[in-house]
Amino acid sequence: MDPLKHICEDPLERKWVWISLFLAIVMGGMLGYYAIASNIHPPSNVETIDSSRLHLTEEFAEDNLGVKANPDGTVTVTMVAARYGFYPPRIEVPVDTPVTLRIASADVLHGVHVPNTNMATMIVPGYISEVNTTFPETGEFSLLCNEYCGLGHDSMWSRLVVVPKNEGGQSS
Amino acid sequence: MNDDKAAGLALASMWVGFIAFLAAVVLGVYQVAERSGTFPAIESPELYFASVSTHGVLMAFVLTTFLVMGFGYYTATTSLGQKVWNKPLAWFGFWLSVAGVLTAAVPLLTGHASVLYTFYPPLKAHPAFYIGATLLVVGSWIWCLEMIMMMAVWKRAHPGETVPLAMYGTVANAIMWVITSLGVASEVLFQLIPWSLGLIETVDVGLARTLFSWTLHAIVYFWLFPAYIAMYTLLPKAAGGRLFSDQMGRVAFIMLLVFSVPIGFHHLYMDPFQAAGWKFLHMTGTFMVAVPTLITGFTIIASLEIAGRLRGGKGLFGWIGALPWSNPMVTAAGLGFLMLAVGGFGGMINASYAMNAMVHNTQWVTGHFHLIFGGTVVIMYFAIAYHLWPKMTGRQLQSNGMALTQLWLWFIGILVLTLPWHQLGLDGQPRRISSTPYDASLVEMWQPNEVAMIVGGVILLISALMLILVLVKTHGNAQAESNLELEYAEPLHSILRMPRLMNGFGFWTLLVVVYMIASYGYPIAQFFLMETHGTVPWSI
Repeated sequence: MDPLKHICEDPLERKWVWISLFLAIVMGGMLGYYAIASNIHPPSNVETIDSSRLHLTEEFAEDNLGVKANPDGTVTVTMVAARYGFYPPRIEVPVDTPVTLRIASADVLHGVHVPNTNMATMIVPGYISEVNTTFPETGEFSLLCNEYCGLGHDSMWSRLVVVPKNEGGQSS
Repeated sequence: MNDDKAAGLALASMWVGFIAFLAAVVLGVYQVAERSGTFPAIESPELYFASVSTHGVLMAFVLTTFLVMGFGYYTATTSLGQKVWNKPLAWFGFWLSVAGVLTAAVPLLTGHASVLYTFYPPLKAHPAFYIGATLLVVGSWIWCLEMIMMMAVWKRAHPGETVPLAMYGTVANAIMWVITSLGVASEVLFQLIPWSLGLIETVDVGLARTLFSWTLHAIVYFWLFPAYIAMYTLLPKAAGGRLFSDQMGRVAFIMLLVFSVPIGFHHLYMDPFQAAGWKFLHMTGTFMVAVPTLITGFTIIASLEIAGRLRGGKGLFGWIGALPWSNPMVTAAGLGFLMLAVGGFGGMINASYAMNAMVHNTQWVTGHFHLIFGGTVVIMYFAIAYHLWPKMTGRQLQSNGMALTQLWLWFIGILVLTLPWHQLGLDGQPRRISSTPYDASLVEMWQPNEVAMIVGGVILLISALMLILVLVKTHGNAQAESNLELEYAEPLHSILRMPRLMNGFGFWTLLVVVYMIASYGYPIAQFFLMETHGTVPWSI
């Protein structure tokens, strides 16, 4: 017996309700399946930092910013977002290599998106953003601030260069 | 004329909404022109971001809240056949909301609140902006109280009877709005107002954004409810048919009430301070909230098919041509559904837990909500106005032909505006920018779509001016309207006995509260459990 029967008299409409539920569950289920199976999650990293004292932390002090190769072959990029730029303003990362970007804001809310890639995150003062990604194509990309951060927001962008593997990564 | 109807209150509210709307459209045209880079003389980030902030507040808070309140008072009094519960209080709520809008308008228009309608701490606006917005919300709470009390009074006087569907939907919206506005109210009252006044030094941006997300998704359903109520209860009658199913309308309203609030984290997918598991939980609820819209699509199209066939339409699609397309309500609903269908697909992508990263904060998102809100919701607001104005003023619409042209122009303008925006977003253009001083390869790719959006903006301005003209001319029309009764659609199957759960909200309200605690309890508590660092105010 159809449990919808006493709230919905028309058999066609009951069929449609079941189809709607099925669609919603299948779509949500597929996204959930791919998220778990391929380990694709939105950038989530509950880690706090005092944004007014970034220069006093070891990780985000000016000398330590930039691209670092890790012993396991992966790359870590440490950046500061502050009105109106990303520091360091030009980073080079190797192609087809797991990259972890760790970014902190020195002032207000920012965001970052590299068009035509899935590299994106919000950058929230008081918290450290962390994104794990891999860049499959070499070339010059733009790193755009994609959250309103003040009247100079439009001009907040910098350069990401994806280089062949043997050239390594660096920043300037 | 029947004094119960509160036409004065409804007209006053809707006029405030439409005046705000016209001002916001004018600002919108400035924004597309400025942003395109086609007219260097008008480029100014100061003006642009003041304009965007004002446009957002006028469209998202003022037009919507006043339309919802005006339409609510009129549907409540006409569907129940009962006076406004406490008329002086209702007028007080109206004037409080107006005072809030005027208070917020001063800093907005003078560039002291260019923080966008989403507030964006730690950017700090003048305190008057936050205080004005709060007064508007408090005014809307008075409306919620009025709606809930009117239904309670009616049920006491009509034991065992079924609450009319229009009123059932209105009260669902009122309860949902009280619950959902508590998020932004907490952010503004406990964080932004004391912080902007210098009473507290810092604000936790993570907590502020979490609280705002509590409000940010369900608010779009607050805007959408009047459109759905008109589709379920006015449209089938206007089309010359019957409502396919009264019960399924209630199911849709209940599902919107239950599922729209506890799913706000899809606005935080890209934010660092919430763990992925919570985002995943909210994603599943986000897909459930598509179900009431799918049900609504079926019920409304089935109702229109009944109307088309009663009017002699034959064959699989012949009934569509037989519908009275000269009726603004029918035309608006048809065009609104087309935009909803296209916008719904885009929404699925935004809601996608992982795919959202590709479009987050790009112009795609601006395209998405202008298509669904500016398209579907606002075109139904027009239809509501055209339907109610003759009944509220006692004058015939002047003129029906101009109203129809206005609706078609709005539809065309929205498509010309928003389809290029979707493309710009896929091509990586950020939203909320006043110019494009980026890499030449990106800017050249964007250029054709940047020009198209100006054309869309101008078409929309012409359409908006026509709306105001029709409404003003109707007030002065010498031709009296003969039928002053607002006629609600009869359901296809008459209602014998409505289950108690579908005739009240006690159980459902409790369910939302439990669901809210489950989905927002820990994510909010975590800010008090871990050591966080607040942020001092920053000027724009």
